[in-house]
Amino acid sequence: MSGSWQRTRAAAWRVLAHPGALISVAYLAVTICVSLTAQWLLPIDPLYQDLASTLEPPGATYWFGTDELGRDILARVIYGARTSLLTAGGAVVIAAAIGVPIGLIAGYFGGWRDTILMRIVDVLLALPGILFAMALIAVLGRSQAAALVAVGITGIPSFARITRAQVLSLRQRDFVLAVEALGGTAAYNMFRTVLPNAWSPILVQVVILSSVAILLEAALAFLGVGIPPPTPSWGEMLRTGKSYLYEAPTYAILPGLALTLTILSLDTLGRTLATVLEDRREVVEDEAQ
Amino acid sequence: MADGGGADPPVLRVRNLSVTFTGSGRDVPAVRGIDFDVRAGEVLGIVGESGSGKSVTALAATGLLPPTARLSGSIRMGAVEVTTADAETLRTMRGRDVGMIFQDPTTTLNPVLPIGRQVIEGQVAHGLVPADQAMSRAAGLLREVDIPDPEARIAQYPHQFSGGMRQRAVIAMAMAGSKRLIIADEPTTALDVTVQAQVLAVLAKRQAQTGAAVILITHDLGVVAETADRVAVMYGGRIVETGEVADIFRHPRHPYTVGLLHSLPRLDIVAERLVPIPGQPPAPARLPSGCAFHPRCPIGRARDICRQDDPRLRELADRQTAPGHAAACHFPDEVQALLAQVAPKAAATAAPPAPDQAVPLLEVEGLHVHFPIRTGLLRRQTGTVRAVDGVSLVVRAGETLGLVGESGCGKTTTGRAIMGLVRATAGSVRFAGEEVTTMAPPALRRARRNMQYIFQDPYASLNPIKTVGDIVAEPLRIHKLFDGMGGMKRVAELFELVGLSATMLGRYPAEFSGGQKQRIGIARALALSPRLLILDEPVAALDVSIQAQVVNLLQDLQKELGLAYLFIAHDLSVVRHICDRVAVMYLGRIVEQSDKATLYATPTHPYTQSLLSAVPVPDPSRRGPGGKGGADRIVLEGDIPSPARPPTGCTFHPRCFRAEPRCAIESPIFRDFPGLPTQVACHFAGPRAMAPT
Repeated sequence: MSGSWQRTRAAAWRVLAHPGALISVAYLAVTICVSLTAQWLLPIDPLYQDLASTLEPPGATYWFGTDELGRDILARVIYGARTSLLTAGGAVVIAAAIGVPIGLIAGYFGGWRDTILMRIVDVLLALPGILFAMALIAVLGRSQAAALVAVGITGIPSFARITRAQVLSLRQRDFVLAVEALGGTAAYNMFRTVLPNAWSPILVQVVILSSVAILLEAALAFLGVGIPPPTPSWGEMLRTGKSYLYEAPTYAILPGLALTLTILSLDTLGRTLATVLEDRREVVEDEAQ
Repeated sequence: MADGGGADPPVLRVRNLSVTFTGSGRDVPAVRGIDFDVRAGEVLGIVGESGSGKSVTALAATGLLPPTARLSGSIRMGAVEVTTADAETLRTMRGRDVGMIFQDPTTTLNPVLPIGRQVIEGQVAHGLVPADQAMSRAAGLLREVDIPDPEARIAQYPHQFSGGMRQRAVIAMAMAGSKRLIIADEPTTALDVTVQAQVLAVLAKRQAQTGAAVILITHDLGVVAETADRVAVMYGGRIVETGEVADIFRHPRHPYTVGLLHSLPRLDIVAERLVPIPGQPPAPARLPSGCAFHPRCPIGRARDICRQDDPRLRELADRQTAPGHAAACHFPDEVQALLAQVAPKAAATAAPPAPDQAVPLLEVEGLHVHFPIRTGLLRRQTGTVRAVDGVSLVVRAGETLGLVGESGCGKTTTGRAIMGLVRATAGSVRFAGEEVTTMAPPALRRARRNMQYIFQDPYASLNPIKTVGDIVAEPLRIHKLFDGMGGMKRVAELFELVGLSATMLGRYPAEFSGGQKQRIGIARALALSPRLLILDEPVAALDVSIQAQVVNLLQDLQKELGLAYLFIAHDLSVVRHICDRVAVMYLGRIVEQSDKATLYATPTHPYTQSLLSAVPVPDPSRRGPGGKGGADRIVLEGDIPSPARPPTGCTFHPRCFRAEPRCAIESPIFRDFPGLPTQVACHFAGPRAMAPT
């Protein structure tokens, strides 16, 4: 186990060697830390309404101005990150927890299990993600949990397909067959042999799907079916902010910027991760060729 | 060896050639100062293991090295100095004067162009053949390499050609026009032995017609002995010995050459035990100091001069060797003594200890494995691949049964079906009296404890993300016996058993060489103390000098642990060395089975006979009077048919030299051959009438 930890660490260093990835990781780390610790560290409150100073321009008290109810825009953007990250994290966990086993079983056994599982996935894939999420929220009602589940379900097909593709190629490898020949059960082989060898594209998918989930959550909020107010959310801020674009430009620009940078960082990280993991060179120094 | 008379200038003259790769950050010397000439009409065999620099030499000669390679020295091809020539000169030279044949014909040919166009493309591009004559010339070229019906074949695509035909098409392409030099890099390594015989015959025939010089790069000493005129043995980027082929084989003067010759199981001599070269071939990135061979050398291992000083290639002065024979060794005279020491001791003629006749450990009867072919939208079954079509065999406790056949004959599927890795369509597999095919999964898993499988490719059969200690412990953990059998102590024992140090337990498979990986695979298979090992080509992927180490290990383990082996292989020499009895498979069926001595001395099935005659023997003196190829060699026509459409009657009849009308209709029964301990499936079985010599 300590060896696999070493390998993970080595891969992490290779990712960070790319300047783009380094900046992205730094940005994401700051965003996560600040949004999680803001309530103790920063003297700001996203819910406090300073009704005397609504739609204030940037100034000494409110660095980025206030919204139509006199709330601090900077505070709302910082707390909005929390909403985005929570939705993304939860959605990815749901998508991976359901999608990966589906792909694993379909790819490992093939045959009728493969056919049935992948047809279900195809159906899911055929539904436009945002429509499906809206429909689901219409049923469940607007809440953080509903947004999370809705976004999560739309992510299942990508995990299932990526895992299945990996498993299909690993299934025919001699070392998987070897465990079968040793008398290992299918479950042992799937979770102890195949899955640990398939994690790298799954990890890349985790990062990529996080950015998709953040975007989808923002889109739902923008359409007015996301997390109900007054909880701060970037999509919700964009939605209201666009009406005051002339009076308070920072109202829409700041959350837009935060959203763009977050998506950009996650995508850069995902792409670097894919490159690094793909040409993961084994230590072949001792081999003649 | 610098010049041998000078009647005509050599086609290719290489002097002090060094190639260093600079791509990886530090310099990796691949070739370190070699000299050689090739003359018109001559075949120079370059022999070496992986990493010896033999392929790099070939690429350097044609100016095809990547830009990360740094060259020094001189390569003269006629009037062209290859090392300094510009791209255009090189292109013209390659098109007009040099032909290349690579190892794998499937990747050499462009899959989307018709064969005819590819064969003649270079000639047309260089203006040697007018475009309007291209197709008729292409057909002519294919006819030269014995491809039947060439006019129709030129319009076909590579996938419509079999492996042997593809390689012949590549030869046709390489030898089109009046090429002066042909470089063949492992041209038959990817081919089956009966097809190899065809391809080598075609190569020799085309060479005789064109008078081209040929550089034949190979690891197979048998192929060299049969086809080359002169040999250069490469090790660690240098030529360590060179000379006339007969002289090299009879009077080798470099310890490495001696080691290679004696680590090889041979079809013509039954040695009691192979003499492997210890250690493994060095990687070019970390060559030993002094003579690169010294750490593995019985003569130089302990000597300072060998450790410090890299010997030059010097012509030998002793009386036995022929002129032109040179070796790069400080002590060539001592090699003679070494030769006497390792000379194959004739195997004890006493019959091998008869395995206990009473206990058949594994009994396979009428095993069939058929795979459905499904096509179309509805995945309807439109055909059947009869991979295994009625195989019966018995392996007794403590004995080795060899299962021999060419690729596609179903030998691997047979092994996997016995293990239950592939479902048998029909037939029975009994292990120690218990029927395996009908077992429920838990019972099957228990049965597998006594029956283990070793894979051909040691690189692919070990989980890359587990330490080798965990890999060997895995069977114990799966069967929940890890603590019961002694935990890591048991794993360490297994490592020692297969000749590895227990200090390596924490490393990953990628840190090991091929031979070591195969040892790890064997240790894993032995973890549960099985009684039968199914070995699927366990040494085919290894270098020659490493093969002998693994073969010896398998023999020692068998003696020590009383194991039974089902040894699946295509290499008849290895099988002869290790097996007690041999079964020959063709298209899913066993066509002949006998004890080893009988099968190799008096084969009765025509397929066995041609298979045995096709194996190149590493002894130039056994070349037939006609020069290349054995005198009494049977070269089979055509390729192995697809098991999806096996021929009617006896499946071998389309290629058989004894076939009569009856063979196409009536399938022969597998039965005892009178007077021999042999069973054979042939209407006209019988010992081969030897050609009068």
